[in-house]
Amino acid sequence: MTMEKLESRFGRFGGRYVPETLVPALDELAAAYQQAAAEPAFWAELDQLLRDYVGRPTPLYQAERLGAQAGAAVYLKREDLNHTGAHKINNTLGQVLLARRMGKRRIIAETGAGQHGVATATVAALFGLECVVYMGEEDVRRQALNVYRMRLRGAEVRTVTSGSRTLKDATNEAMRDWVASVGTTHYIIGSVVGPDPYPRLVRDLQSVIGREARAQVLERTGRLPAAVVACVGGGANALGIFHAFVGDADVELVGVEAAGEGLESGRHAASLGQGRPGVLHGAYSYLLQDAAGQVAPAHSISAGLDYPGVGPEHAYLKDSGRARYVSVTDAAALAGFRALAQLEGIIPALESAHAVAYVLAEGNRWEQAGPVLICLSGRGDKDVAQVAGVS
Amino acid sequence: MYPTTSSETDPIAPWFARWRAAGHTALIPYMTAGYPRPADTPGLLAALAGAGADIIELGVPFSDPVADGPTIQRASQRALEQGVTLASVLAQLTEFRARHDTPVVLFSYLNPLLSYGVERFCAEAVAAGAHGLLLTDLPVGGDPELEGLLEAAPLALVRLIAPTTPPARALLIAARAQGFVYYIARLGVTGAGRELRPELVQELRALRQRTTTPLAVGFGVSTPAHAALLAAEADGVVVGSALIDALDRGGIPAAAAFLAELRRALG
Repeated sequence: MTMEKLESRFGRFGGRYVPETLVPALDELAAAYQQAAAEPAFWAELDQLLRDYVGRPTPLYQAERLGAQAGAAVYLKREDLNHTGAHKINNTLGQVLLARRMGKRRIIAETGAGQHGVATATVAALFGLECVVYMGEEDVRRQALNVYRMRLRGAEVRTVTSGSRTLKDATNEAMRDWVASVGTTHYIIGSVVGPDPYPRLVRDLQSVIGREARAQVLERTGRLPAAVVACVGGGANALGIFHAFVGDADVELVGVEAAGEGLESGRHAASLGQGRPGVLHGAYSYLLQDAAGQVAPAHSISAGLDYPGVGPEHAYLKDSGRARYVSVTDAAALAGFRALAQLEGIIPALESAHAVAYVLAEGNRWEQAGPVLICLSGRGDKDVAQVAGVS
Repeated sequence: MYPTTSSETDPIAPWFARWRAAGHTALIPYMTAGYPRPADTPGLLAALAGAGADIIELGVPFSDPVADGPTIQRASQRALEQGVTLASVLAQLTEFRARHDTPVVLFSYLNPLLSYGVERFCAEAVAAGAHGLLLTDLPVGGDPELEGLLEAAPLALVRLIAPTTPPARALLIAARAQGFVYYIARLGVTGAGRELRPELVQELRALRQRTTTPLAVGFGVSTPAHAALLAAEADGVVVGSALIDALDRGGIPAAAAFLAELRRALG
């Protein structure tokens, strides 16, 4: 069959561990992507939408006051300024174009913080497609504003009450829907997770972040950054910004996971730091699990990082040593959230605040080495009520 | 390392050969190990064997069963809350095997096996008396190295064909399957249903003309009428969620009575 030929792994990670029902749809998606990727017209249409509809290229901003506090020159890649307020739309636009090529009229998605759900509802509205978004009950509660944003755009938001009622369970429910609807439905996965071809497809669609940022840093400073720092839940924004720098051996790549209430508390979402390899949602990667191989609940103040798995390419980058993965607690992320608001007048998403917090704590290690580039993956309006609640 | 399982060493093949010769359609109940309570499992296994089960699919509960509908999700979650693990399932299988020869196929998601260690699992499952293994999230071609390891063990690696599987791939899967091939009756996750898809019988006939691998049908097979309809079209009929529903209604006696009713409908 075609599967072996198209299957893509990152070292031993990745693969396609799914119910048989989905295999033909994954073959179809992989073939549609392969064909589209070879057509300049596909990329031209996507680029035009990214420019006119999303507002790309996003700016590169030197955060001088933040940098002074961190002890290094800090640049922010402003994905928060994209339409819908996060990097998520880079991926959903590309995937909706593929859905259209495949003749799929119904779109489903999972969402944690709601940013991917909003970005999916947005492109579904733009292309006149039916849209159903699965969201855990716990996240519906803490991200009410995003639920409303999805409904305003005509999407149906289905509350998921199984398991831990967060992103993992929303993903389970989206996969179950897809198993039953695969002939007419395209599943827009929101991160570099899931079965092949999703991890490489989502990475490719998000890699615009790093391509722009690399050119912008070079133009502004005449050199490459010493380090690129991004938060990692599933890991889409991180791979999106890392990808262009993977070949630049001198550029340090740092992924920041959620340490939640502290790694020692057991209540965290540090899959790469604390997990061991296993299979969840169609891919082999690092996974938070108990001794018997049951998936362990993740915890993070940030709904978008509250996921026990991680994209398989991150697992590969970790094991190969090309990227380094660290973690930041809820409390430190909240401090980073406030610091960026007060020093720069920018309210980051709680997810992105983890990357900010890491640079605030450790930035001086790059004081001499050169600029630090942070992927500011999203804006924090959605989190304001939650942060006010814990203050 | 074991010799690769062949038709001579496949622990399930001789059973189907006998059933085929006798014109007997196999009845294959599914039950989630540890549900409703771990202590019920040995009794339920024995009751199913006594009520006419030809093969029992014993479900190893998993935290994230994406191929399962609400009934089996709930059963799995309940079992996990009571501390059921792959190790405890194997221990209960050993207990059952001491008194019964009904073949048992372990039905699982991949991760509990990976966590246990695949080679260790194969050795201990065989020692516990398992005849076969069905993995919902390991499609044919999904992981050649792992599939090779599992195929070489003296456990029949049962594979699945879905309504979405193209005909050429379906034949490849049937050829690769050990024990029997499991045909998924419905487009969707597991769960009881009122109607079978009208195309199902035609699909089964088309497939059976082109393969000699025994064919079992499941997912949405829920009533004696379904069983009666499928008796002539398949070598085996799998019933899962509807059996758990019966168990919920009236405990082990109700589950056994429901299975006996299906047995009569199959002829």
